[in-house]
Amino acid sequence: MDSVFRDRKATLLMLTPALLVYTIVMLIPIVWSVTYTFQSGNAITGFEFVGFDNWIKFFGDDTAIDALWFTLRYAVVMTFLQVATGYGLALLYIFFLRNKSSLVRAIIFFPVILPTVAVALMFSRIFEAAPTVGPVNAVITWLGGDLTDFFGDPGYSFWVVIIMDVWRSMGFYAVLLYAGLVEIPQEVMESARIDGASGWKLVQKIVFPLSLPILLSSLIFSINGTLKVFDSIVALTNGGPGSATTPLTLYMFRTSFAYGQYGYGSTVAFMLTLLCLLATIFVFRSMRKDVTK
Amino acid sequence: MSAVAVTSPRTRKPLKARLRRGLGWVGLSLVLLTVVYPMFWILMGSFKTQPEFLSEPFWALPQQWNLDNYISAFVDGGLGTYIKNSVIAVFPSLFLILLFGTAAAYALQILVWKGRGLVLVLFLAGIMIPTQMILLPLFTVYYKVGITSTIWPLIITYTAIGMPLTVFMIATFMRAIPAEVFEAATLDGASVYRIFWNITVPLVKNAVFTVALVQFFFLWNDLLIALTFVTKSDLRTIQVGLLNFTGEYGAVNYGPLFAGISVTVFGTLALYIFLNKKVMAGMTSGAVKG
Repeated sequence: MDSVFRDRKATLLMLTPALLVYTIVMLIPIVWSVTYTFQSGNAITGFEFVGFDNWIKFFGDDTAIDALWFTLRYAVVMTFLQVATGYGLALLYIFFLRNKSSLVRAIIFFPVILPTVAVALMFSRIFEAAPTVGPVNAVITWLGGDLTDFFGDPGYSFWVVIIMDVWRSMGFYAVLLYAGLVEIPQEVMESARIDGASGWKLVQKIVFPLSLPILLSSLIFSINGTLKVFDSIVALTNGGPGSATTPLTLYMFRTSFAYGQYGYGSTVAFMLTLLCLLATIFVFRSMRKDVTK
Repeated sequence: MSAVAVTSPRTRKPLKARLRRGLGWVGLSLVLLTVVYPMFWILMGSFKTQPEFLSEPFWALPQQWNLDNYISAFVDGGLGTYIKNSVIAVFPSLFLILLFGTAAAYALQILVWKGRGLVLVLFLAGIMIPTQMILLPLFTVYYKVGITSTIWPLIITYTAIGMPLTVFMIATFMRAIPAEVFEAATLDGASVYRIFWNITVPLVKNAVFTVALVQFFFLWNDLLIALTFVTKSDLRTIQVGLLNFTGEYGAVNYGPLFAGISVTVFGTLALYIFLNKKVMAGMTSGAVKG
């Protein structure tokens, strides 16, 4: 049968369109973008070679370091909360709702498919303080608290972004982890139950170790997504107040398109790529050690 | 789904167990409320007038049920144009992604040639690279070619950006087809193209459908690429348009804004409910077994 599938002409014909588009629009620009890090200028004014200036500038640029720090803080908090709430919900689906979870799963999945911009506009109204009092502030003042300007304070803004993104993504991780948990063989659970394990102990000793592979996938998926956060922040806080909630992605966008510094923008983008790569390797390594232990 | 079955007999449960179940229901209801209420609130808001927003408390229901805000969102806000632009940008890209992606997955997973593993890894790398990494060279090229004031940059970029995940996912599904199927087909004398079109494609039809949905939501909800390449206001996609919605009116005009959010939220939701079964089936079998 091999001879039918060892068809050079067919391979070329079927692979070429995808590979061509992918190479021209993604692979070449990636390499090209790296060469931009050694230049200054933009598409309209033209480029000039500047050596390592952009790289030196990055490490001396307080706003860039702040953006890097924000990205890391956001990614760590968000990855933890996303996977934790997802795992909690998945356990709830399996042990609490059992065979009747499909409707609940679908409802909690709703926010995942909603456009981020619409969700962000919605949350900015929910947390609004003036001119109209949004639901959250209404509840706070009803409980006797002060009207809080969530978007005027760096600390609060950070947490509003986090709350919104947990709201948006928990259903996704719940379904992803649920899919992994469902595959734990019934016999394993049964024999554990016969041995006297139940409730929290069952989760801790049996379910958790067996779901490590799917947790690993979720963590890698999550860290890669959260390091690239852009839409929700642009639409919710636009990086503010000041630049308190500006991640690397938004900083790259600003330097490139608002200030026309393609070279420096590419350097920021490259740092982000490096960060994604390192995070993936880090999660993969630390988890693999756990799995083989 | 039935891997963890209920085995406890129907006896009176101890107090602790009943308490735990009660707590479970309370927690679950809270989660469901936080998911559903914001959407309900937006929908109610889309019928309210500006004075109602400013003077009534947030939980008040609208005093009238008419479509004034929706008409205003479409007529003054240009919501219709934004939706049209999104359709023009997303659907051609989606078609190309699926066509090229399925063919490439077949070439990489079923056909036998040297170096196919390497090319698959090359595609995989694209999933991890941040989009920011390709925006600047692409903008330079689009600017030099002179297509920055058309919808083409969006179609081209969307097609490429959807490729890695599509190829990867469909290849994963093709891997699951038993080798006997292909053996039988070759024994019957089917050509390599016939095996692709008449045997492989029908077998991965559901997978292709799932990938189509994932890519559709991904492209439809895209902000970064649209924000970068849309330089004319009448080419704005729905997301970019919505982002600028507040700006159109100067001071926030709540009613039309809520109507705009409602249209996008419930439009997407309706589509999702319509296709829900397929999404869930695909999610639980496809994304995980990579």
